[in-house]
Amino acid sequence: MAKISRPKSAPAIDMTPMVDLAFLLVTFFMLSANFRTDEVVQVDTPSSISEMTMPENVVLITVDQGGRVYFGISGKEEAKQNLLKRMSEKYKVPFSPEQITTFGSLTDFGCTIQEMPAFLNMSSEERKRFVAEGKTMAIPTDSTNNQLKDWINFGNIEMLAVGEKAYFDAKDRGLEPNINEFKPKFVLKVDGKAEYLYAKRVIETFRDLNLNNLNFITSLEADPRKPQ
Amino acid sequence: MAQIQDTGGQEKGGKKRAKRGVPTIDMTPMVDLAFLLLTFFVMTSTFSKPKVMSLVYPAKPKVDDPKPTQEINNAVTFLLSDDRIFYYQDAFYLEGNPKGKPATQLEETDFSPQGVRKLLTDLNRFVLEKKAGYDQELKRGQIADSTYLRLVREAKSDNAALKVLIKTDDMATCKNFIDLIDELKIADIGVIAPVDITAEELKLVKAKTDK
Repeated sequence: MAKISRPKSAPAIDMTPMVDLAFLLVTFFMLSANFRTDEVVQVDTPSSISEMTMPENVVLITVDQGGRVYFGISGKEEAKQNLLKRMSEKYKVPFSPEQITTFGSLTDFGCTIQEMPAFLNMSSEERKRFVAEGKTMAIPTDSTNNQLKDWINFGNIEMLAVGEKAYFDAKDRGLEPNINEFKPKFVLKVDGKAEYLYAKRVIETFRDLNLNNLNFITSLEADPRKPQ
Repeated sequence: MAQIQDTGGQEKGGKKRAKRGVPTIDMTPMVDLAFLLLTFFVMTSTFSKPKVMSLVYPAKPKVDDPKPTQEINNAVTFLLSDDRIFYYQDAFYLEGNPKGKPATQLEETDFSPQGVRKLLTDLNRFVLEKKAGYDQELKRGQIADSTYLRLVREAKSDNAALKVLIKTDDMATCKNFIDLIDELKIADIGVIAPVDITAEELKLVKAKTDK
């Protein structure tokens, strides 16, 4: 009787399709994903039915649960550095070139201009701890010391300058750009549990600057008017 | 692990023979690597861009401008407090007015579909019915897209359309505010004005919430 010969080693499984699959997924994720930005605070936004996606050029004001205000600005590092230079001039707070470079790479921050040099000397972990442990009152919005107003105003000026350049570049290339796409948009990210009082102070600051079109970041919920 | 496994037969001390067939490569480390990368990308990425809700505020009146004294009609004012919502219709009268209207009383409603949504649908029937009519016409291809948008915008800014004022007290949260704006958008309200609360209104809200 012929014996059934057993393989001596473990049976080898052909891994090739699995590699194919895995790399396919890697490629998909690499191409489709935009990276999560490193934000100073996490806020839980309320939900709405709005399906408008967030615009490209934004000045982003975050209000956290405790009502503290953070400022963020999208765009090129150069614009951010110019913004800091303007603030430095106005508030007479000197910055070293290294600090200005660091500022260009920040996505958002929450501290007074007087705390800013020390804030920029920290590592990103230290910055998070600095904010989380409540060592700062974040950006002042009181009527007597409204630093937020200057941040928004100068940020708007710098972004308009960048947008203007991009607009004329596009025009030179023979395109017909929509001028509104190059203007900065103003976005508020408020925590649902924050008291409206604090958000209102930010809104009033925008309105004082005659910037009346504001956008609130919300998470999407189902529209009751549409059939499921 | 990572060696090239030969699939040739057993060669126990026999002659060395040329290997037959293609050597198979162990793919396991490559799979490991691929899944490691996959995990990394899944963890660090966000898919959808965040959604935003746009709200246009009325321009601030200049300081030296005289206060516009216009009669408010066809308006409803919402007063937000800590997760509670009150409203009254038309103008505010503390002690009744010469035309014989009684003093304003606050009504309470809630954020449920039966509460504020039903209220707004009833009050804003004018716009909603017009819009439903335009929707039908659009479906049947009688009007163009741009005409539809223009007509809806016109209906929303019509005199007969409901106007909404929002006032908040110190206890209101941002969630209350955004939820209300959301309901207003659902009910196709064209004119939304967040304004400051007056002392008299605040007193009425206090009386309601202290109970």
